[in-house]
Amino acid sequence: MHPAYSVILFTTLSGAGYGLFIWVASYVLIAIDQGRSLNAAFVFSGLLLSLILMISGLVASTAHLGRPKRAWRAFSQWRTSWLSREGVFAIATFAAMAPLVFRAAMAVALQPSIADEIGTSATLAVLTLASVPLSIVCALGTVLCTGMIYQSLPTIRAWHQPLVTPLYVAMALASGAVLMVLLLRLQALSAMTASYVALLFLGLSAIWKVLYWRTIDTAPRTHTVGSATGLGSFGTVRPLDPPHTQANYIMREMGYQVARKHAAKLRRLALFAGFVIPAALLLFALAAPALLAIVCSALAVVVMAVGLATERWLFFAEAEHVVMLYYGRQAA
Amino acid sequence: MTALPTATNKKLGLVIDLDTCVGCQACATSCKEWNGGGYSAPLTDHDPYGKDPHGAWLNRVHAYEVGEGDAGRTVHFPRSCLHCETPACVTVCPTGASYKRAEDGIVLVNPDTCIGCKLCSWACAYGAREYDYSDGVMKKCTLCVDRIYNETFAPEDRVPACVKACPTGARHFGDLGDADSAVSQLVKDRGGFDLMPEMGFKPVNKYLPPRAKRDATTAAPPATEAPGISTGAQIEKLFAWADKMLSR
Repeated sequence: MHPAYSVILFTTLSGAGYGLFIWVASYVLIAIDQGRSLNAAFVFSGLLLSLILMISGLVASTAHLGRPKRAWRAFSQWRTSWLSREGVFAIATFAAMAPLVFRAAMAVALQPSIADEIGTSATLAVLTLASVPLSIVCALGTVLCTGMIYQSLPTIRAWHQPLVTPLYVAMALASGAVLMVLLLRLQALSAMTASYVALLFLGLSAIWKVLYWRTIDTAPRTHTVGSATGLGSFGTVRPLDPPHTQANYIMREMGYQVARKHAAKLRRLALFAGFVIPAALLLFALAAPALLAIVCSALAVVVMAVGLATERWLFFAEAEHVVMLYYGRQAA
Repeated sequence: MTALPTATNKKLGLVIDLDTCVGCQACATSCKEWNGGGYSAPLTDHDPYGKDPHGAWLNRVHAYEVGEGDAGRTVHFPRSCLHCETPACVTVCPTGASYKRAEDGIVLVNPDTCIGCKLCSWACAYGAREYDYSDGVMKKCTLCVDRIYNETFAPEDRVPACVKACPTGARHFGDLGDADSAVSQLVKDRGGFDLMPEMGFKPVNKYLPPRAKRDATTAAPPATEAPGISTGAQIEKLFAWADKMLSR
């Protein structure tokens, strides 16, 4: 499949944004539950960064559309379409997180003590409290739908695998947690729990990704040019004359192929830059002095961005579409 | 609505005979011609006179070599939308621009509401949907919905443009939901089949397999010259004499 940059940007940026939001909102809930005071600057910066990532991801995704001005229509078919469901959840997340963002912004702008009010029995806080768990569910739902858009397509063997959606969720939570660690360190807050959470999801993503690659390398190719043309019973089917002399849309979109030796190199890059090196940097930061810890955490974010972009590019480039059976492939 | 109709009484579709198709591309070009001005207009081309000309077409004719040695043959293979009974291209559509008509089973894209997200083309196993880069929306076979019900046309012209254009009669149009229709009978008699039935999309269009190749035992004896039937006319005698003289 053609790796469209708009879709790579969208899935990685918004994945990290929704992941970060889930962790910041969870942090708020846990702090309230434990009666700890909230650091308004951290909560606000976390919410702001997640909003920026979510929105830039969504804007990038509209670059993939032929008619971006009609994008609002995509919220209508949630009964059958995972893409529509993703849009509905994405917007629902914005709505559900609004009270929390508003209160955090007020806390930063006016008086830091308002942030603590979220944790008290103030009537104003009730709406915020109810909306936070709801927004976490919506954010998780958004990432889940992103994965299901791909996993639900039987025409693309590499995507129609049960690990695809768990991987999207795990990578969103891992990248969100790595960002969360950096933000906590920038505010001189304890990043130990967040680091362990990040390590857990980095490890989970790495293991699942390796398992995923093994699966797509070994999964049987059940569709053949024989069944695609119905001519398999007459012998082997070989292309003779192409229907057109130049590549058409189908070949440009579905016929993208990446050289196997390059794929192996890029897989190593994705694995190390995406998961292994950020994990090592976070581990090192746990033991490092404050300033060095910030540098390590920032480096982890940068390295992970490169790794995830590579991983997402490969996710498309390595996926083969069954329609290419008509254009010379023997099995898909 | 992208929810599929539970069942359609009519299942309008095509039956394509791979035995008689000669790969002349008349169906593809007449399709492009009709749909460039019909429901799917504009059906644009890109860089038509440049180095990389390509464009949106709703029908493509491949040619394959099938089998080996003496059993080998060339099969011309037209490929277009199969108007599936359970089309994934429709259910994945986020806007409702793609839909399957309850009244006749035709799968259509509303060009006024399509956002050009291309997900339907990913969901289709048959490459039936092509993106129109200039128009920014998806294009696909409409089964010439603007011809088949067109009362300003003579009844014999109310068929898809590809069917009308086929010089060998390899394309048949009709209701595959009606077991007694001519197309259903043809599918029954000739062993018509689905493409990639394992996908589970239940295509309505059917393909008829090439007929068995003739060999020395099955071939009809070579035609022998029929003996002339004499009417006894003078002119016939003259020709017989001329034939005899020239044959010397």
